[in-house]
Amino acid sequence: MSTAELTGQYYDLHEHDHPEGGSTMLGFWLYLMSDCLIFGMLFATFGVLGGNYAGGPGPKALFDLPLVAVNTAMLLFSSITYGFAMIAMQNGKKNAVLLWLAVTGLFGATFLGIELYEFNHLIHEGAGPQRSAFLSAFFTLVGTHGLHVTFGTIWLVTLMVQLAKHGLTAANQRRVMCLSMFWHFLDVVWIGVFTFVYLMGVLR
Amino acid sequence: MANSSHDHGHGHDDHGHGPAIHVSLREYVIGFLLSVVLTAIPFWLVMSGVIADKQTTGLVITAFAAVQVVVHMVYFLHMSGKVEDGWNLMALLFTILLVAIILAGTLWVMFHLNHNMMPAMPKMDGMG
Repeated sequence: MSTAELTGQYYDLHEHDHPEGGSTMLGFWLYLMSDCLIFGMLFATFGVLGGNYAGGPGPKALFDLPLVAVNTAMLLFSSITYGFAMIAMQNGKKNAVLLWLAVTGLFGATFLGIELYEFNHLIHEGAGPQRSAFLSAFFTLVGTHGLHVTFGTIWLVTLMVQLAKHGLTAANQRRVMCLSMFWHFLDVVWIGVFTFVYLMGVLR
Repeated sequence: MANSSHDHGHGHDDHGHGPAIHVSLREYVIGFLLSVVLTAIPFWLVMSGVIADKQTTGLVITAFAAVQVVVHMVYFLHMSGKVEDGWNLMALLFTILLVAIILAGTLWVMFHLNHNMMPAMPKMDGMG
């Protein structure tokens, strides 16, 4: 038996027919999992440094829980409106998809606006990222999440242009589903942020 | 062995490139309502201070967060053992394991480091 034949017995040498985009969803999910590790490390960093105020203000003096609650509501609303976009896509209604994506984008932008207002407020109070280890860790963790939402919003607008131009093609449907995973994943990270950073911070 | 490999990719052909998962309005509404409740209760607990003991409150809101993460995974991210032949779920479980090791390991080591490095230092809180 030749080497080639033997190799063929153990390894799969023939290329299969891979439908285009057939592995996109799994691949994107793996990317999200690697993103999850980044957030895991940022949470660990915050867990270690979250109590080091360096004589500066602590979470109780800085955090405005009603504002955080409003922000959380914005993300939650954006999650269900994205769900409506998915359902509209399933029913093949392009305009409804565009409408719900636009609503989702507005909630996302409101979330970012409130977060920027909060950051700006903190920095003006002298509680910027350079004030203490607690604040460095806080701005890094919450800022990284905010950056993700920013890129998600940019992606969302880009996708709306693509949808408006080319309609609900297979590629666009795949993109809508990937962004849906991205968007809902960010909402999951936010659960960790409001629980462990804001609520636990105020409890401390 | 050689034959079984041809089974990969089944299911892709029957519905073209369309979405592999079916979403329903009911799912999203249930997920949304559950997450509103699971968010509102922790905020209310902390803001009103109903439970006097802070440690208990902390544990309770952690439990709420854990349940809410599962709710989001199931109702919004449609996680189940069936999607992608279970590879999604496998990757998720592996990631959860890694994050648990990172978090628990970091906190454990650093807590003990802090504890051992400054045995008799005065507390720095509130000093300029």
